[in-house]
Amino acid sequence: MNDRTLEISLTVNGARVQERVEARKTLVDFLREDLALTGSHVGCEHGVCGACTVRVNGEIVRGCLMLAVQCDGAAVDTIEGLSDSGEVSDLQAAFEQRNALQCGYCTPGMITTAQNLLKRSKKVPSRDEIREHLSGNYCRCTGYQAIVDAVEAVAQARAGAKK
Amino acid sequence: MKITEDSPSVLTALDRPNSYIGRSVPRPNLQRLTQGRGQYISDIALPRMAHVAFVRSPHPHARIVKISADAAKKAPGVIGVVTGAELAKVMTPWVGVLTHLKGLKSAPQSPIAVERACWQGEAVCAVVARTRAEAEDACELVEVRYEPLPAVTDPEVALDAKTPVIHAALGDNLCFERKLDVGAVDKAFAESDAVVETTFRFGRHTGVTNEPRSVVADWNEGEQRMTVYHGTQAPHMMQNLFAKHLGIAEHQVRVLTKDVGGSFGIKVHTYADEMATVALSKLLKRPVKFVADRIESFVTDIHARDHRIKAKIGVSKDGIITAFEIDDLTGIGPYSVYPRTSGIEANQVVNLIGGPYKCPNYRAQARVVFQNKNVMCQYRAVGHPIAVAVTEGLVELAAAKIGMDPLELRRRNLIPDDAYPTQSASGLKFELLSHHEALAHLDSMMNYAGLRAEQKKLREKGIYRGIGFASFIEVTNPSAAFYGVGGARITSMDGATVKLDAQGAIIVHTGVTEQGQGAEAVVAQCVASSFGVPIGKVRVITGDTDNTPYGGGTWASRAAGIGGEAAWQAGKALRANVLAVAASILQAKPDDLDIRNGLVVDKDRGTERLPLDELARVAYFRPDTLPPGFQAELMATRHYVPRAWPFAFTNGIQGSYLEVDTDTGFVKLLKHWCVEDCGTIINPQLVDEQIRGGVVQGIGAALFEHCLYDERGQMLNGNMADYLVPMAMEMPDIECGHVVSPTADSELGAKGAGEAGTAGAPASVMNAINDALRPLGAQPLTDMPSTPDKILRALGKV
Repeated sequence: MNDRTLEISLTVNGARVQERVEARKTLVDFLREDLALTGSHVGCEHGVCGACTVRVNGEIVRGCLMLAVQCDGAAVDTIEGLSDSGEVSDLQAAFEQRNALQCGYCTPGMITTAQNLLKRSKKVPSRDEIREHLSGNYCRCTGYQAIVDAVEAVAQARAGAKK
Repeated sequence: MKITEDSPSVLTALDRPNSYIGRSVPRPNLQRLTQGRGQYISDIALPRMAHVAFVRSPHPHARIVKISADAAKKAPGVIGVVTGAELAKVMTPWVGVLTHLKGLKSAPQSPIAVERACWQGEAVCAVVARTRAEAEDACELVEVRYEPLPAVTDPEVALDAKTPVIHAALGDNLCFERKLDVGAVDKAFAESDAVVETTFRFGRHTGVTNEPRSVVADWNEGEQRMTVYHGTQAPHMMQNLFAKHLGIAEHQVRVLTKDVGGSFGIKVHTYADEMATVALSKLLKRPVKFVADRIESFVTDIHARDHRIKAKIGVSKDGIITAFEIDDLTGIGPYSVYPRTSGIEANQVVNLIGGPYKCPNYRAQARVVFQNKNVMCQYRAVGHPIAVAVTEGLVELAAAKIGMDPLELRRRNLIPDDAYPTQSASGLKFELLSHHEALAHLDSMMNYAGLRAEQKKLREKGIYRGIGFASFIEVTNPSAAFYGVGGARITSMDGATVKLDAQGAIIVHTGVTEQGQGAEAVVAQCVASSFGVPIGKVRVITGDTDNTPYGGGTWASRAAGIGGEAAWQAGKALRANVLAVAASILQAKPDDLDIRNGLVVDKDRGTERLPLDELARVAYFRPDTLPPGFQAELMATRHYVPRAWPFAFTNGIQGSYLEVDTDTGFVKLLKHWCVEDCGTIINPQLVDEQIRGGVVQGIGAALFEHCLYDERGQMLNGNMADYLVPMAMEMPDIECGHVVSPTADSELGAKGAGEAGTAGAPASVMNAINDALRPLGAQPLTDMPSTPDKILRALGKV
């Protein structure tokens, strides 16, 4: 089996990780199975639903479309890390307040994607811009409006706080 | 209702001092979900846990001639390769029938196909290995020799004499048939000034829960007990079914339901592969995990709504509906799904057509036939989207034909708000509905007159916008009339056990389950209110058959109305018990005391007498100081089941405003409105979010979602790239409004709200598209989903 596995070393949520993984293993399976970081979810395994969205070197990626071995040397952030650092605490609070999640399965990916939008630009995005940015993240429960409301509220609050 | 300042407010039992009824309290379980610290079944890993993958039939119908598993058994990590015949020694087959659906028949279904595979995707062999990847690798090595058999795919010919019969023992391909003839239908049509007749088609679609079906089964040979971690809506129902088909007692089975990543009716059925996983755990004496992948989900999660309905409406020139007539034909796959059956959706269609209207003449026929496609069964709003689209589609076509405004035609026909109690032509009993008030509310909320003026102005510029409506009724809070009377062990009752812990906090165990709809919040609100503590002091535990009271779980919009009432009553019972303890400590009369905000107080003055933590300390640790013979009972259980009405019907009306691009056939949804009446609203935010989510699910049916099969029975688009679901970009903002007509069957008066959105959205969107295209002379679209190519065809452009 050794010819099918590779040693990788990377940073996950700020901590150094060194593991031997199968070359074919996806990043999200590696995070969930090898590191027990189950906050990243598996929804479709073909890059459509966005439930496995994580951050690699600062950019959001689909954890099901990237192999773990491609992350050798990379810095990976998952919802667990984003939660503990407090980076998305305002988004989380807004999602909770606005009931922008029901089953919660899409939520880690949704919050990670929303944070990517809000970090990208200082200006408050329009509702249409929020909808477009989240359009790769599937939510079957909410109908999206509450999610857009929550992201919009945080964008406004962050813009206000910067003034 | 007129409210003047000098009139004293009428306090009901729901207006207790710190009532949470009617307040948008945030759900207590959200933080773990926003932090990714929930525990879904797909997250669970147990010691010695193995993973199962299934070899699935590529044929819609085939005899299984031979399964060669030698190579697979030798593959790395493989623990066992098990065929249907081998698994039959551990688990018995089942038949999905209910006795109150007279004549409904089906064939025995096994956890793994034994002799024949009857749809593309049915499991024919299981491979259990150390990892899912190794199990899938070994599946590739299993050689199955099939002898393809003729597949029955088109429901229209399923009953023809020359069509092969799928299950020879059944004699034909008819699963269920129902006929209804009420009033004088032929006479009514003959006397109508206008008759509209058309055929509606509904695309087969499916739930696409974000978390696929998941189960971890753990047979403990030493305990002789089966623990099943199951993403299900109905733990007690599944406990019964696992026990029954393993041939063990129910107390030997524990079903645990943790966080569930979406269900919508998908996760309330018996799935062969889940039953097989449980049987494999018993056979192999170790935990076995199965999580459907997305491809498996598309060919095995129940499908729904594949109906063809020929329909007819008669109307007088002054807009009075004279009669409805329908002929429903639906193909449900090769088996009626166990234990709720696949006859319910057609039965609901027959029941619900014409439901909002006072028209007394109604004839219906429904036929449910077997075919070699994936099974169909109950999915959110069961039958409602179909019945509402047919009824409301006919109503708007009739309005157009006689040149009457569609809302005006409804005003002339909806059951008057003062006519209750009453019943529909099909015999549905209505306690109290509010169609006219809901319609008036919608009319003003959406500024209907203003939208019509805007629509007219834009048409002159070649912009085609449409306005469509759908009045509807919804079945909620089902009594035993739904399943119990038909012999299924699916309880309509639910219970709550409430206890005061040793620090004065409240722990609630409830039989209803949390699928994300907010059941935990609603139960906490009910208990906090009726007992008298801040809601932060209440912890709710769900989804554990070893510990929660027996209950039906979550389906048919029952969790708040039934589970909430049980929780409310349990809170009251515990309050009485706690006041007895307080009275004993304080040497007061229980009737002179109350519990408010976590304190025992004087009922009259509200002054504090005893904090609950002090009461608990005395009761638990110094019972010796209580009077001789007094026993504190700090735990209370109450159950509730609706008895006065078979169902608590709700009602409402939706409106859709959209624009059709007549060059591309694309539909842009501009705005959507829904006014509904679910009785007492326990948590306004949760009700609105149920409506919004439900509306979007209905929009999916109206515009995007369709399980496409070829004529041989192969599903063509079983993945999320080809099967389209609503995403954020295409969805409109949705405005919600309410009318409140409580049910008198419970003290809370709450009815369900989970399916109203899905019930009405497809009809209102379909009607809005037809409204947009009417001035262009387009053929009305009655074939969902209304995809761009169908719209261009209706316009005669392709």
